[in-house]
Amino acid sequence: MAKHRGRGVASVNYPIGMNLGGDPSQALVHATPTGKFVVTLSSIDLGQGMKSVTRQLAAETLGVPIEDVHVDTGDSDTGPHCMGSFASRGTHRAGNAVVAAAREAKEVLLEVAAEELEVDPRDLELDGRGNVRVKGAPARALSVRDVAQAAHFKRGKSISGRGMFLVPPSDVDPDTGAMRPVTTYAHACMIVDVEVDDETGEVRVLSIKAAYEIGRALNIGLVEQQLVGGAWMGISHALFETVEPYYPDRAHGPTDFNGYLMPGPGDMCPVEIEIIERPALDGPYGAKGIGEMCATPPIPAIANAIEDAIGVRITEMPFTPEKILRALDAKRAGR
Amino acid sequence: MVTAVSFTLNGTAVAAVAEPAETLLSVLRHRLGDTSPKAGCLQGTCGACTVLLDGEPVLSCLLLADAAEGRRVETVRGLADGPTLHPLQEAFMDRFAAQCGFCTPGMIMAAKALLDRNPNPTREEVIEAISGNVCRCTGYLPIIEAILEAARRLAARR
Amino acid sequence: MRIRKELFADERDDDLAIVGKPVRRQDIEGHVTGRTTFFDDRLVPGLLHIRCVRSTHDHARIRAIDTREAERVPGVRRILRWADLPKKAHNILTIFNFGIDDEPALADGKVRYRGEPIVAIVAESLRAADEAVAKVRVDYDPLPAVFDVEEALKPDAPLVNEYIGRNWFRYWGDYDCQQIRFGDVEAAFRQADVIVEGRYQMSPIEHAPLETQGCIVVPGEDGRFTVYTCTQGLHFSLDNTAAQLRLDTNRLHFIGGTVGGGFGGKVDTVVEPLAVLAAMLTGRPVRYVFTRAEEMQVSSPRGAERVYITDGVTRDGRILARKIVHYHDAGAYSRLSTYGTIKSAAHHPGPYWIPNVWVDSFCVFTNRTPSSAMRGFGVTGGDFALESQMDAVARAIGMDPLELRIKNAYRDGDMKAHRKLTEGAALIECIQVAAELARWPLSEEARSASSRIGGGGDRGRVPPTPPARTRLSDRGEGERGRETSRIDAAERPSARATTPPPSWLRSEARAVEARAVEDGARRAAEGGEGRRREEQEPPEPPRPASGHGALRFSSVFGSRRR
Repeated sequence: MAKHRGRGVASVNYPIGMNLGGDPSQALVHATPTGKFVVTLSSIDLGQGMKSVTRQLAAETLGVPIEDVHVDTGDSDTGPHCMGSFASRGTHRAGNAVVAAAREAKEVLLEVAAEELEVDPRDLELDGRGNVRVKGAPARALSVRDVAQAAHFKRGKSISGRGMFLVPPSDVDPDTGAMRPVTTYAHACMIVDVEVDDETGEVRVLSIKAAYEIGRALNIGLVEQQLVGGAWMGISHALFETVEPYYPDRAHGPTDFNGYLMPGPGDMCPVEIEIIERPALDGPYGAKGIGEMCATPPIPAIANAIEDAIGVRITEMPFTPEKILRALDAKRAGR
Repeated sequence: MVTAVSFTLNGTAVAAVAEPAETLLSVLRHRLGDTSPKAGCLQGTCGACTVLLDGEPVLSCLLLADAAEGRRVETVRGLADGPTLHPLQEAFMDRFAAQCGFCTPGMIMAAKALLDRNPNPTREEVIEAISGNVCRCTGYLPIIEAILEAARRLAARR
Repeated sequence: MRIRKELFADERDDDLAIVGKPVRRQDIEGHVTGRTTFFDDRLVPGLLHIRCVRSTHDHARIRAIDTREAERVPGVRRILRWADLPKKAHNILTIFNFGIDDEPALADGKVRYRGEPIVAIVAESLRAADEAVAKVRVDYDPLPAVFDVEEALKPDAPLVNEYIGRNWFRYWGDYDCQQIRFGDVEAAFRQADVIVEGRYQMSPIEHAPLETQGCIVVPGEDGRFTVYTCTQGLHFSLDNTAAQLRLDTNRLHFIGGTVGGGFGGKVDTVVEPLAVLAAMLTGRPVRYVFTRAEEMQVSSPRGAERVYITDGVTRDGRILARKIVHYHDAGAYSRLSTYGTIKSAAHHPGPYWIPNVWVDSFCVFTNRTPSSAMRGFGVTGGDFALESQMDAVARAIGMDPLELRIKNAYRDGDMKAHRKLTEGAALIECIQVAAELARWPLSEEARSASSRIGGGGDRGRVPPTPPARTRLSDRGEGERGRETSRIDAAERPSARATTPPPSWLRSEARAVEARAVEDGARRAAEGGEGRRREEQEPPEPPRPASGHGALRFSSVFGSRRR
């Protein structure tokens, strides 16, 4: 009886957005009279950071400080249509809509500023600190607040923009399956080290090392949140989780967190990840989506590591001690 | 048939009516309007309802409101000192230790109970302290780091 | 966490001011101070609460439902039944003209899974609702049930869902599965040195968000209803709720966007329609929130998938052909499984260039909790199978598993099995970086490989592909329940994802057929004495649109359906 170490790998890609497209998202952006901006959405923040990533995209595109942008989302009366937060689509679809809306709002902002400064709008730029200035002549500048005041109370112009993003729906050939599922894919490769106890059947994940290609990391803090949390969920799926432990038999289904097992804070291994950015041609600043892919590769990587450790392949999820011990018994019996 | 219950909530004396067998969680949320403790399972298995009772972490979804009579109840709503956030709150913000935020109030209160009695915990002690709190988003690593960071910041203050 | 900026640097400008920075989350202060407002943090006075009586059988006809004792429980205000539903069966994709309305929000005279809601109690308190639930008597006539996807396709399997009419979903008119045909797998198998076969079974998995799903409905001015909800698709759920209740979409006002974890489990729009209906019928605000036990056993899980893979491989590690049969366990109703099945077919054969690919992806109905979307839906189960299989192949030919993956990785310009050219591939680079991190030794060839080099050319062409149609007979015979036959290209019906389905597929036509089955049971259920008169009255009919501006931003789909 002993503990055996093993190493396993998995490499995957992930389609961004709903399969076959046809899943639109819209955004509205407007300036207040004092030059602050509100992004209005109906997209959902369920922890992935929708409010935060769209705020950064709007601030980047407008060229204003992040503190000057607020994202308001989740009211069907004011928030224009968004298909929803699923299918790794939020950053890509809603993000594109926000960028488009911010561009349109910025155009009006620059038009008004150009009138105020009596220059061509094409000669203007935002300095990222709340000012509009003439390119190459930074002394000729107006604060965004002053531009907004002029737009509202002097020139009667609405500094606002509408954004919409839609991947047109794809046909499917029913015979060949010819179709365009999505427009871009994210990628990952993961290497896990495990220790398998051949007496108890327990599997412990010792480390995760991975590379993720995600187009563009819009907020490296949010990226890390998703990838680490997703790695945990993948481990959990691989080793613990099921609502029907003896599927397809329906018996023994858990109804609480004492029966529905997941790794606790002490079960989580170190995670080391490096990011690759190959921009999506149609992504906001090249970004793809990582909300789903992050939970996938641990599952096969752990299955492969278990085989590397003890020479048996577990082909049914989750890889419970019971399954591992039964597989070891079968191997010893020469089956 | 309702009864009255009174206790100190985040330093303020409060009183509320409660039905027989009403939990502390229900009184906090529905009678007193402090919705920071969350009803994640109502089975005592997720920790989202964690509050401190005389400084000890308790599952307010299992505790009858009567049990708080005359005692000191703390929730995450009372953690900040005016506009100044508690080091735990600051560390959770800086370390990206919350995603959906539903487990966060309970998680922070479990951590506060730890730091109040053990200002210099080991990583293992942090893990032990939050092992009754489920988080489905983060994988726990940033939460553990945030609590250790908060302990360092508290120590630097002293 | 490090970004490898040197990779693909020529495809990017790195001159951004705010994008890329670890800016604090906008919502983080609310999270750490406990001020973030989730739907259930709305304190609404005078709430009524919903609890459902749920089936204790996997599959049964309902002979009678006796609610007389339950009605006498103090605080019970209303008991909702199938007869109260404005629309008798629904599926959340039919608002886009895809799929079949196959699921009643309350049992239609038959239950098809354990936990299916039969009647909904609306009461002044959860305690009263629970007490009433315990006092409802349901007289069941148990039916044989089927739980295994392959058993379900057999000729003698019990029929799960009469709206569907068979135990699998038919695609594009009359295709028994979503198929992918690319090249000639059988010919390629004959050229292979080694054939590797695998069977992989994933488990049904619960989303387990810390916040269980639910909503609070408040009747407002102008006959509108405000719905505080944790849905993952605000307009999607609004439009589906309106469709189920046959309401104008602008009578619903959905507020959400701040959700305590979702992972795909809050898309199905299960709670909102019953809660709005209860608010309509009582004129009171209504709260309907799943218990943790309901969340685990009754809310849709990530559906289990079973995947068979056969690979034909050369000794030097080239995968010549991959044949996949993929079964999705939809449970008793479609929900989103019809969609996930197509997505899984599109995902195969994984991120590899394989010149001959065959996929049959089936959406199968069984007597279990309907499954639906979850984080990676249509992909996660496939990737478990595909990446387990890649290692099995590596072992079979004695090759390093990362070298095998790089050798077969798709590259720019390669034709995928679904007949789109590969663009922006980066699998090889991910493998190289991960290997570096883990100090996994790679050959010089593998280290110098690139996603941008070596693809296209012959690899970018669609190979000659013999037509082959997989047919399940309605009696389900054949090897593993399937058989193949050739069809003439001229006979192929054209199909679009967005065109309306043929008339036989339309929901109302199917519902008529199903209704005949259920009428008897419904009469039995309604025949019990002691029903309050108000229950026999139909729900409030839809009113004309109120002329407010809300429609402007309402989903185009919802508007068009009216």
